[in-house]
Amino acid sequence: MSKRIDVKDLDIFYGNFHAVDSVTMAVQPRSVTALIGPSGCGKSTLLRALNRMHEVIPGARVEGSVLLDGEDIYGSGISPVSVRRTIGMVFQRPNPFPTMSIKDNVVAGLRLQGVKGKKELDEIAERSLRGANLWDEVKDRLNRSGASLSGGQQQRLCIARAIAVRPDVLLMDEPCSALDPISTLAIEDLMSELKDHFTIVIVTHNMQQAARVSDQTAFFNLPGAGRPGRLIEMDDTAKIFSNPNQKATEDYISGRFG
Amino acid sequence: MTADIDSLERPSASPTFITISPGRRVKDLVARILVTGAFLLALVPLLWLLWTVVKRGFPAITSAAWWTHSLQGVLPEQFAGGVYHALYGTIVQALIAAVLAVPLGIMVAIHLVEYGLGRLARVTTFLVDVLSGVPSIVAALFVFSVWISTLGFQQSALAVSLALVLLMLPVVIRNTEEMLRLVPDELREASYALGVPKWKTIVRIVLPTALSGIISGVLLALARVMGETAPVLVLVGYSRSINFDVFQGNMASLPLLIYSELTNPLPAGQQRIWGAALTLIIVIGVVYVLAAVVNRFLARKRS
Ligand SMILES: Nc1ncnc2c1ncn2[C@@H]1O[C@H](COP(=O)(O)OP(=O)(O)OP(=O)(O)O)[C@@H](O)[C@H]1O
Ligand SMILES: [Mg+2]
Repeated sequence: MSKRIDVKDLDIFYGNFHAVDSVTMAVQPRSVTALIGPSGCGKSTLLRALNRMHEVIPGARVEGSVLLDGEDIYGSGISPVSVRRTIGMVFQRPNPFPTMSIKDNVVAGLRLQGVKGKKELDEIAERSLRGANLWDEVKDRLNRSGASLSGGQQQRLCIARAIAVRPDVLLMDEPCSALDPISTLAIEDLMSELKDHFTIVIVTHNMQQAARVSDQTAFFNLPGAGRPGRLIEMDDTAKIFSNPNQKATEDYISGRFG
Repeated sequence: MTADIDSLERPSASPTFITISPGRRVKDLVARILVTGAFLLALVPLLWLLWTVVKRGFPAITSAAWWTHSLQGVLPEQFAGGVYHALYGTIVQALIAAVLAVPLGIMVAIHLVEYGLGRLARVTTFLVDVLSGVPSIVAALFVFSVWISTLGFQQSALAVSLALVLLMLPVVIRNTEEMLRLVPDELREASYALGVPKWKTIVRIVLPTALSGIISGVLLALARVMGETAPVLVLVGYSRSINFDVFQGNMASLPLLIYSELTNPLPAGQQRIWGAALTLIIVIGVVYVLAAVVNRFLARKRS
């Protein structure tokens, strides 16, 4: 199931360092939303605040609220573990579990959440690997280590692992930055298939990629060194890339930045 | 801007490749000789010791009853009996120590690495440092004063094990800590992002990833305490016969047997000492090999 996210006045801190300033934005269900902006403007920080991965870092905290279909994930008494089950994440560097086989990697989330039943898990493994366009490449070696795959395959394995727990939202932090153009294309195709089932938020430095895969684009910028990053504008991707409202956005997109 | 970059370039006059000058060749040769010489020098006492122990201990450990009999009823001058009772003591005392120290040590390390931020962690780290500097005789006397003098328990193999726990703990904690820190945070985050609670992440992801290093560290710590002599001198009496009861009575161990046979000037006693020394080296060697095998096995499973 796909859900909408409403971010309201979200301030994000690392200890005393104010990293992201008062972001308010809406992420539509069944769509891909791209976060773009210069390095250090807080894209990863914001993304990690969307599934409460931010608070894993000592001293890190947020102010404001993030509503998932109206329910505040930072509400009092809400368990971060349940939030992360609903909002999955794929990281910049592929990170399969080295002690597990390919199949065990895919069902790791379910198994660690306590799901048993070999047949059910096998089915989910196959479905998730097919969903991640990896099944044909690995179906003959499901018991080999996940680390034996290529970088692009490992990243698709991580996507399979993330979708196997059936989240409502999938967050991706530069998922293609370590990959070759062909693997990148495979993952971009995958994203346009996955958006039928998940709400997808992706951070990317690749303008063409943002333009190709996303429906909405949010541009973030740094007002200055040591200042918090902020959302400059957010709109339909076509609008952002053809006729943005802000000059800073246009400069960034056309490469006249900095 | 451009000026800065220009200054980074090599002056155009210098040749691209340099030849190795005679001076450098000489330095290289001297360094090689020094390093190799130091290596050989370090090898001399080691091989000498091994050779002596093997040569003198070999007749004893190949005698008929060595591995299967104790010294019960064997007279000092008799070439008879074996170290079965002492071998049992060494292994059992070390194993009990391991059973107590390993879970405790691993849990302390998990606390330090996965949860430890505050003052408690800093104090613990400091105390572990202190503990790792405690000489074995001090550990033995500490157990004596607490376990035997204050709490009133008898001397026993268990008391020895308690002292060995004190000696094993810092080694296990330090090693486990290092192994846990080697586990990349990305794996922890990958697990959290799947909606796995922290404790389960530690048990199912972090520990298995660090397992081979933790196990070989434990085995090495075990090998280290097997040869400890001070605790057995202070905390348990010597026995020439087998005693299976770790809670009471005297119990032999290989270091203790060596020590007590030192007062026997007869050739048979000499032979027993060398035999026991060789046996101890073999036992420790077996543990080291085990550590290597476990490592190899877990590494193989991974690929
Ligand atoms: N673990 C951390 N502790 C303290 N400060 C951090 C931490 N991670 C990031 N920051 C700071 O937060 C700010 C935003 O960083 P973030 O990683 O979100 O940027 P980004 O937009 O993802 O950049 P990039 O495009 O290079 O990935 C930066 O100033 C960074 O130095
Ligand atoms: Mg980033």
